[in-house]
Amino acid sequence: MNWPRALLTDSGGFQMVSLLHLADITEKGVTFQSPVDGKPMLLTPEESIQIQNKIGADIIMALDDVVKTTITGPRIEEAMHRTLRWIDRCIAAHKRPHDQNLFGIVQGGLDPVLRDICVRGLVDRNLPGYAIGGLAGGEDKDSFWRVVAQCTATLPEDKPRYVMGVGYPLDIVVCSALGADMYDCVYPTRTARFGTAIVPEGVLKLKHKAMAEDTRPIDPTCACMVCKNYTRAYIHSLVTKDAMGSQLLSFHNLYYMMQLSRNLHSSIVQGKFPEFVCNFLQKMFPKGDIPEWVCNAMEVAEIDISSCCAPFRYIQATKVQSNLNEDEIQAV
Amino acid sequence: MKFVVKAWSNGGARAGILHLGTSTIDTPSLLLSTRKGLPHFISPDLLSCLPAPESRLLHVSPLHFLEGLSMKTISKIGGLHQLLGLHDHCFVAVPRDSIQCLPEANSTNKIGASFETPCGRLLIKPVEYMEMISSTRPELWATLADEVPAWVSDKRNKTSVDRTIKWLDECISISPASGAVFGAIVGGSSLEERRRCAQEVATRNVSGYWVGGLGLGESMDERPALLNAVIEALPEEKPRLICGLGLPEEILQGIAAGVDIFESTYIYHLTLGGFALTFPLDRTQINASNLVPSDVGSDPRKINLRATVFRKDTTSIVEGCTCYTCRNHTRAYINHLLNVHEMLAQILLEIHNTHHFLGFFRLIRDAINAGRFEEFRREFVQRWR
Repeated sequence: MNWPRALLTDSGGFQMVSLLHLADITEKGVTFQSPVDGKPMLLTPEESIQIQNKIGADIIMALDDVVKTTITGPRIEEAMHRTLRWIDRCIAAHKRPHDQNLFGIVQGGLDPVLRDICVRGLVDRNLPGYAIGGLAGGEDKDSFWRVVAQCTATLPEDKPRYVMGVGYPLDIVVCSALGADMYDCVYPTRTARFGTAIVPEGVLKLKHKAMAEDTRPIDPTCACMVCKNYTRAYIHSLVTKDAMGSQLLSFHNLYYMMQLSRNLHSSIVQGKFPEFVCNFLQKMFPKGDIPEWVCNAMEVAEIDISSCCAPFRYIQATKVQSNLNEDEIQAV
Repeated sequence: MKFVVKAWSNGGARAGILHLGTSTIDTPSLLLSTRKGLPHFISPDLLSCLPAPESRLLHVSPLHFLEGLSMKTISKIGGLHQLLGLHDHCFVAVPRDSIQCLPEANSTNKIGASFETPCGRLLIKPVEYMEMISSTRPELWATLADEVPAWVSDKRNKTSVDRTIKWLDECISISPASGAVFGAIVGGSSLEERRRCAQEVATRNVSGYWVGGLGLGESMDERPALLNAVIEALPEEKPRLICGLGLPEEILQGIAAGVDIFESTYIYHLTLGGFALTFPLDRTQINASNLVPSDVGSDPRKINLRATVFRKDTTSIVEGCTCYTCRNHTRAYINHLLNVHEMLAQILLEIHNTHHFLGFFRLIRDAINAGRFEEFRREFVQRWR
């Protein structure tokens, strides 16, 4: 690749979830049907680590038994315990512990008890870093932030916490407030291929007919090559039709995410994080209609966002899994 | 626009200097093909890694913009340079784009020229075409032509010449203040009609000539006579542009006849197919008869990076090539990118192929300046037959 900067490889485990109908998960490992030639492939923890050792990335991920958060029942507990057994096999198979950092992945679905067992188990192995896995799969936001909050509260302070598969800028801001450090997501580039740009207000759909006459840049506050040189109108003429449209939008979206990270970092360093969060939320929710899950998460994170919330609003999230009982709901 | 012929080499081949916009380009030169003004794959930030100034001439078909962008909006933005964020490049507008805007001779009529495009069949009237020209403001533009393939009837062919001349006059009369105009010359595969058209257009007040209607079905054997019939009627001191000649041998044919600027889709098709140009650009290598022929496939001029033989080939596409792709990446990597359907493969290939093909043009100019173009052409054609 001729990439002189940092690299991280995943274990191949995510394919278990995304290609699940092709997978057979046993204690040995995961059997896939190869999408290339249809032959059965067995991915064991040992094999995954071996491949990652050869690729040589700076951070490598343990092979975990990951299940969708929308699944319920004993499978979640089975997967969590197996993840712990597999981490030991990963550690044993890891031939380059001095060049490559093996991160463990916390599983356990949405169950705080299972998550706790998993965190303790991984922390006992004294790994260089920890990922919070099994999220970003369609679970409701209220459950999502609570799992992240629980993990960041119990994982070691002095090691990176990587929330896998996250995500939307709002999710990243919330998780960062809760103490997470690293993220990965296909969102910026995937949404670019569908003609959508990420902007401070949320998203801008360049496919929309109104864009054809709009001679402003995608985001006037953005300093990227695309916003400095191109109009919404021109990008509109390219998106979904020409590869160059995907390229230019991907460029902007990635730049936006990099800038967001940079801003999160410097605002924390300068002691202005709450200000940054309020500013961010104000731009995204100018009417003050910040989703309840965000308000709750910020409360737990001890970030005061009352200045950007509209007063006395109880926001009904569409899929909220409310932990409040009847009396408590009345009181809000 | 200013054009000066600097050197001739046996036959019609000539080397010149074209001053266009802010650029000074040595001819014979290549126009890079674009889609809506930008290269098909090379992102704008990587354009600067191509050799300058020869990579700064871009071919644009104004018809591309009909899909999704109004001429009014383009005008409002300020024309192509503003629209595309390319201020150091020069735009040459020719209605036809040999990849996606092909002339549809059956539907062309006295009102306008028909083109088959991704947004359907379009009929373009001269006044509409001129609106596109005045909105996009290219440095150089060709007049609207009725291009017909080689197999049309004599009557249809004659009509195409009459129409093209009429449209030329219309376009010139609506002509915007800026931008150099090239008169279109057609005539199908009839020597008479070609001559007639060229003679007529030569009397018009244009800065140069666009030899149209070629690369539409005539054979390589027929072409030299047709080219000569046209060029003989044209003044020597004005530049000649041609579209639709792709292969290196066709380029050499055009140069031998006296053409100065070429628009070619060769690079695009190579890139899409996963091919990379590899024929040597070093004179000594071309002359050497002790070169071992490649045992990979039968075409030593290019390699197909999809081939499994490149899976572990950690050498660059061409050893010693200074393009971004060869300086940074290996054949194995591009093979991998092609296998996993990553767009980066096309980007890297388009960069290398453009760089390499521009290098070919440089060799041609060197040969002309040294007075040995015919020799160069013979050697090249023989070597790669």
